[in-house]
Amino acid sequence: MRKLSYFILSGLLLAGMISCNNGSKGDKKKGALGSNAAEKVYVAPGEYDEYYAFVSGGFSGQLSVYGLPSGRLFKVIPVFSQDAEKAWGYNEETKPMLNTSHGFIPWDDSHHPDISQTNGVVDGRWVFINGNNTPRIAKIDLTTFETTEIIEIPNSAGNHSSSFVTENTEYVVAGTRFSVPIPQRDISIKEYKGNFKGTLSFISVDPEDGGMDLKFQIMMPGFDYDLAHPGRGASHGWFFFSTYNTEEASTLMEVNSSQNDKDFIAAVNWKKAEEYIKQGKGKMMPAKYAHNVYDEKTHMATSTMKDQVLMLDASELPELVYLLPTPKSPHGCDVDPTGEYIVGNGKLSANLTVHSFTKMLAAIEAEKFEGDAYGIPILSFEDVLAGVVEQAGLGPLHTEFDGKGNGYTTFFISSEVVKWKVGTWEVIDRAPCYYSVGHLMIPGGNSREPFGDYVLAMNKITKDRYLPTGPEVTQSAQLYDIRGDKMELLLDFPTVGEPHYAAGIRADIVMKNSKKIFKLEENEHPYAITNEGETKVTRNGNEVHIYMSTIRSHFNPDNIEGVKVGDKVYFHVTNLEQDYDVPHGISMIGANTSELLIMPGQTETFVWEPKQVGVWPFYCTDFCSALHQEMQGYVRVSPASSSIELSWSLGED
Amino acid sequence: MKILINALLILLSVALVSCGNSEEKKEEKQLKIGSKEKVETKKEPQKDLAITSTIDLNNKGVGPIKDLELPATIDNEMATRGEAVFKTKCTACHKPLKKFIGPPPVGILEKRSPAWIMNMILNPEEMVQKDPIARQLLIDHNGSPMANQSLTETEAREILEYFRTLKKEEE
Repeated sequence: MRKLSYFILSGLLLAGMISCNNGSKGDKKKGALGSNAAEKVYVAPGEYDEYYAFVSGGFSGQLSVYGLPSGRLFKVIPVFSQDAEKAWGYNEETKPMLNTSHGFIPWDDSHHPDISQTNGVVDGRWVFINGNNTPRIAKIDLTTFETTEIIEIPNSAGNHSSSFVTENTEYVVAGTRFSVPIPQRDISIKEYKGNFKGTLSFISVDPEDGGMDLKFQIMMPGFDYDLAHPGRGASHGWFFFSTYNTEEASTLMEVNSSQNDKDFIAAVNWKKAEEYIKQGKGKMMPAKYAHNVYDEKTHMATSTMKDQVLMLDASELPELVYLLPTPKSPHGCDVDPTGEYIVGNGKLSANLTVHSFTKMLAAIEAEKFEGDAYGIPILSFEDVLAGVVEQAGLGPLHTEFDGKGNGYTTFFISSEVVKWKVGTWEVIDRAPCYYSVGHLMIPGGNSREPFGDYVLAMNKITKDRYLPTGPEVTQSAQLYDIRGDKMELLLDFPTVGEPHYAAGIRADIVMKNSKKIFKLEENEHPYAITNEGETKVTRNGNEVHIYMSTIRSHFNPDNIEGVKVGDKVYFHVTNLEQDYDVPHGISMIGANTSELLIMPGQTETFVWEPKQVGVWPFYCTDFCSALHQEMQGYVRVSPASSSIELSWSLGED
Repeated sequence: MKILINALLILLSVALVSCGNSEEKKEEKQLKIGSKEKVETKKEPQKDLAITSTIDLNNKGVGPIKDLELPATIDNEMATRGEAVFKTKCTACHKPLKKFIGPPPVGILEKRSPAWIMNMILNPEEMVQKDPIARQLLIDHNGSPMANQSLTETEAREILEYFRTLKKEEE
């Protein structure tokens, strides 16, 4: 008996110890005061995240919305690519949003989101993002989380050093990566030098309604313009662009554009540009580009083709642009919260170069120039240098700031984030990334007042970090806590497409403005109906227009006869609901387009061209109520020669 | 030996206590399964929602309107405004004089209190959960939910005035 109880007891004891083992092991790693990473990213069911993160969708062309610190995905906002889920670019209302001077384009490569600012701090009104391939800038309205404006950028190719806002959102700025013949013409590629040019575009943003207008472009030498950031505080009024390929090569770029020891950061005085424009020194030049605007009242987009742009030539206008020599093909060009320091992340270098705005102004004042490029003064490297973060890692790409005197730089080749001290330039801490980190983001990072709690690293390669999904594995972001002395990796989470940069903001600034419904009485869509009494079907030749309503849980009308083969049938569907989170969907068998997803109070349209005689059903695609499965209807399609008149009904009235 | 066992017992209890929190919770949960202890009564006592009649002029419903007394005479201007709102926001499911998706509003004031009607318009989700009549109506109407059309109290009051003007059709 004694032996037995001894056995049982020791067995129990062992079990007790083992069951506690995992916890204590984890704690040991971080020391007694270290908290649990899981706890720090856990947002309990029903509770909200502290930050919104707007993460670029890269080659998906979209913008995804995540919560931080949880890494939960809330929405993928369609921007430059068609999205069948939300009918973006499929329904008649939003097709014009994807119009360009090259015609309708269903895709782009979205890159750098930036949040609008007032007085140098993020205000949460809009997010801007650039389409890289067919140069465009989009604006997303943060009351609806929908893209409401897209403007094409002429004289640009590879719209990469975009889209960054000045500190009162006076401008959203876009720079060309590739230089091209301006104006475009049929010349030999070998004639690159001197004939190919780059442009930097300044798009004004109306402080009231956010309306964008391409105010002016600055003609620059034929370099590649890689990234950019605005000045702030004392340097407000300036904009900084990193350049590479100052060799002006056009072939075997990996060798030929890496010859020079130093390329430049171009410092652009946009206040000076405004003065020149007032003096009439700009020149109007022909340029074809589309300007697409979505109207929240009509629920429709219109596309307008513009035909000219105001051009300022940096080679001809003194004091407009200065060149700051910066080692080894700088990629990221970042400005600290005070506006004093401009960081060149020389991607082929191990060092980070930091320029001083004050020193730059002094050198300009003293007219200490080392030479010029196409008439643009080159300052001396030593004169503008504030400091160097020495040998911090391999392949520096991007830097953000925490607002507490520290910079955080990603190193692509050595896969790490390195924390360094602004002013002393000493490395304080480093944290590995898994793997090949590109951009990083601190919420509010591109402003005078970063929030400084977290840094989000966005990785190009994930290899073994997730369950494999065939040859293509997920793209990924990693969240680090930067509140303490040491960076602490908290979370990996997958992203949509390749995340080229992100923008973050405290949730409470944005969420209070989020719209819940569109008011029916404000609906000015030409085919909208405001109540079921207005539903009807009309014919104009072979065009049939159905003015349809939807509400839980029926369509009105739900029986339609008199449609013929060869007709073009427009379903204009108004959602009569006025309650939060009650969208309805609709689709028709054989329609060569996507479903509609219609928000409360909104009208959307899809086209159906029936090809076969018969009776064809449509139904609600978004589970809306207990009677969702009853939400369906029929259209009778008769032969083209039929004389059956249009008729429509709901119920037995 | 006894000493050893005692020592082991102490160790065991320490081990158990050290991970005690989660264990205790588990045990509590386990105990609850199948038991009909008082835990349930901590919540508001479940009202019996089964009813025999949907006519009740004393029931004021659940929502922002605690009580509402109507003046003796009908305000026709207010009723006209109410008719316009009703037409836009309600007719997808309610016809004034006939049952459609939902019940007709004609004669509603003979069956329900003014406050109940207002609360049904302004607060339908909670009404369906907590008010026995609203719940019965949902069942009677095939599970079609009364939609919250985000009306203001003023609009709901105008609609109520419009309801007062409705007269049954001559049979």
